[in-house]
Amino acid sequence: MYFPSKKKNAVYVSPIKQDIHPIDFSLPTEPMNHKRKNPDPSPDSDEPTTQLSSPFPDEVLERVLSLLNSRKDRNSVSLVCKDWYDAERWSRTHVFIGNCYSVSPEILTRRFPNIRSVTLKGKPRFSDFDLVPPKWGAYVHSWLLVFATKYHFLEELRLKRMTVSDESLKFLALSFPNFKALSLLSCDGFSTDGLASITTHCKNLTELDIQENDIDDKSGKWLSCFPENFMSLEVLNFANLNSDVNFKALERLVSRCKSLKVLKVNENITFKQLHRLLVLAPDLRELGTGSLLQDLTPRQHSELKSAFNNCKNLNILSGFYEVTSIFLPVLYPACTNLTFLNLSYAALRSDELSNLLIHCPLLQRLWVLDSVEDEGLEAVGSNCPLLEELRVFPASDPFEDEILHGVTETGFLAVSYGCKKLHYVLYFCRQMTNAAVATIVQNCPDFTHFRLCIMNPRQPDYQTDEPMDEAFGAVVKTCTKLRRLAVSGLLTDLAFEYIGKYAKNLETLSVAFAGSSDRGMECVLKGCPKLRKLEIRDCPFGNAALLSSFRKYESMRSLWMSGCKVTMDGCRFLAQEMPRLNVEVISECGNDGCQADKLYVYRSVAGPRKDAPPFVLTL
Amino acid sequence: MSVPLEHDYIGLSSEAVPSMEGSERSSSGGLNLNLKATELRLGLPGSESPERDNGVGVLKSLLVVSRAKRGFSDAIDGGSGKWVLSGNGGSEAELGKGGNLFSPRGVNGGGKGGGCECNNQNTGLGSPVLKDGVVPPQSPKPLQEKKPLLSAPAAKAQVVGWPPIRSFRKNSMATHSPKNDDDAEGKSGSGCLYVKVSMDGAPYLRKVDLKTYGSYMELSSALEKMFSCFTIGQCSSHGVPSRDGLNESRLMDLLSGSEYVLTYEDKDGDWMLVGDVPWEMFTDSCKRLRIMKSSEAIGLAPRAMEKCKNRN
Repeated sequence: MYFPSKKKNAVYVSPIKQDIHPIDFSLPTEPMNHKRKNPDPSPDSDEPTTQLSSPFPDEVLERVLSLLNSRKDRNSVSLVCKDWYDAERWSRTHVFIGNCYSVSPEILTRRFPNIRSVTLKGKPRFSDFDLVPPKWGAYVHSWLLVFATKYHFLEELRLKRMTVSDESLKFLALSFPNFKALSLLSCDGFSTDGLASITTHCKNLTELDIQENDIDDKSGKWLSCFPENFMSLEVLNFANLNSDVNFKALERLVSRCKSLKVLKVNENITFKQLHRLLVLAPDLRELGTGSLLQDLTPRQHSELKSAFNNCKNLNILSGFYEVTSIFLPVLYPACTNLTFLNLSYAALRSDELSNLLIHCPLLQRLWVLDSVEDEGLEAVGSNCPLLEELRVFPASDPFEDEILHGVTETGFLAVSYGCKKLHYVLYFCRQMTNAAVATIVQNCPDFTHFRLCIMNPRQPDYQTDEPMDEAFGAVVKTCTKLRRLAVSGLLTDLAFEYIGKYAKNLETLSVAFAGSSDRGMECVLKGCPKLRKLEIRDCPFGNAALLSSFRKYESMRSLWMSGCKVTMDGCRFLAQEMPRLNVEVISECGNDGCQADKLYVYRSVAGPRKDAPPFVLTL
Repeated sequence: MSVPLEHDYIGLSSEAVPSMEGSERSSSGGLNLNLKATELRLGLPGSESPERDNGVGVLKSLLVVSRAKRGFSDAIDGGSGKWVLSGNGGSEAELGKGGNLFSPRGVNGGGKGGGCECNNQNTGLGSPVLKDGVVPPQSPKPLQEKKPLLSAPAAKAQVVGWPPIRSFRKNSMATHSPKNDDDAEGKSGSGCLYVKVSMDGAPYLRKVDLKTYGSYMELSSALEKMFSCFTIGQCSSHGVPSRDGLNESRLMDLLSGSEYVLTYEDKDGDWMLVGDVPWEMFTDSCKRLRIMKSSEAIGLAPRAMEKCKNRN
């Protein structure tokens, strides 16, 4: 195999798992036209440049590479040599862009001509928590305009934290004849009118997945816009929309779409209606229920139970907006094959959860509210030996509600004793101890995602009054596979020393109300070689910390710092030293020396944003 | 936004105030302050400090924001059940330093000098304790008698974006109250009609249960009490604490006068003036409340009338 020496000296950073490596774009992106004019493979190709370079014709290489799905593998492949780079770019059909401002649609479409599926992420994650002002950006429209010409056969679009307008949705619906799958998560800027455009015009739609968006929910008419002969739907998720849909239209839709595998209805769907849907679609793999508040007569109870019994393929259950105890036993027959149970909108008690879990022996993922309390989690530990992921959300707003429910270290411990395969946890609790966490990670050393949120900021170990440093120290020392960490509680720089020293596989770190000095952040930046995303709020980290390892930011996707101690001068210095980074400050005041309220730094090959609003200063 | 100091709540035993002032004025350092804070009692003489739920110790020094907080809540709950808004230790000096007690942006603000240790000044959160004058059904109504604190946690000031839960989920929490143990059937949300109340200029929201009121008068007076602290002086993000003490009549004036109006968002998403429709109709359609500056509320009235006409 010929490896041109120029390639070896090309400037690049080691392949990053999830992004298109922006530095790669410095490699020639012009297609080698003489190979590509004729799309049909020509086995007799005799281009002199390739004869020496590869034992395979390009087409074979492309075929082989087209089997590669992993982004990481594809990134690695593209760095081997020019031929592989080309083969990879021609064979890639799905592209993932973790930060929509890191690359432009023009650059993207130039490199990858055959994309059918795009995943785009926009705003920084803290926008989910209202830390990013509205109209910040991440508009999908400019992407769609380019895609309309370059990716005419686009089939799938998955957007997260992007701003999408009704216009954009209409444009999407009209511009891509093969369009099949739309997924919108945590997006904003659109209304149900935009959805109506999709349902009206996308004749080949297989997936419509609308999750947790800030949507102007005007009406449920969009559902009725599916044509009467439309049958291709496989995934329909409108669980988070509030308006009533026309149930008859939904019924007809479900009965027509024989391949429907995922149906998640909203809370306006009653259990009677749910029953009708289940009878029509017994092959569902994923079901999201509606509101289950009404009383059931014994006959209704047994009908519903029998309908659930017929759903032999049900793996995933969610919904449960307002559910009564009476209803839950109806589900038991359907729980045998459940792998994922999402009860995070249902404030269940511990006994209700316990009774339910007895029927879920194969459960791998469980999301609950902390209304189940420690006892409920003990039931998890006892009944779910295959559990891999647990998320416990707060049932009530801890700042507004007087009611003391919730989970403590006891519940978490109980789960760790019973669920040895646990590797993903998101745990909102009101108290925690260092000792408990140490035991938990001893029981479950394979954590890849450890997100602990002690809800009271800066709260120490409630038994010893000490900082929670040792807890997270134990996590990073024991869990060598840790990729994502969120810390909380009272933390000094020591916690970050531990993280920097031991968390060698850490990719995402979220920090809030923690640390004692710049040293904390410095340790992390110096120590975590695989760090990609660092998000910090309300910590005493200033310019010294920010600038301590500023070259590192080019190997990361992004850095967010808000409520810290960095100043405009520090940010300007960073911007100056690192021209390939976009250094943006969301600012209330523009003076020098002024605090930089919110700082967002990310690498980009697209240069500074052209669509930044006035409150976003690009330095 | 800084909060006026002796913000004492209407009708609260005035004997509490001098004790507050006495203990606070003298304190200046962080450590002193916290001890003072935990000693603070607003209740009747002889009321004891209940055990704190989580057994947080008192003497940990500078990193004691949370403790100070609990101290206050103990005091408050040991007292009247109404809330008193005060500063970190309540000292005017603290506030005067520009410690941003609540910042809509969480912990931030110009006043953030000082060391890296989290001391009271730097934290925008939690130092003053607000206890909702209107509490969920299972708690006693706000009365002058003290109620035992044991089961209820400290009410805390809200921090923007914390805990880190998506707005969508937070909104679901707001509309579906969690179950309580008294509810045998386990239905959530029955019997309560919580709506969020925001006020222009106030750094955080409150929630009220509309079912606990029978008329606009009751609602209005409860809201006035709840938000009275924010109306003292002009509240602004970088405002200087008002030197005026709270005056009951001034409060009433502000709310029943022309400076603020009470509006609500109805099921259709429109903002209407409160009071135009019969009370029952209002509770049926009200999704959230907002205390708006009068200057911003121009133009609401005509719509409200029109809408009523359309409805009838």
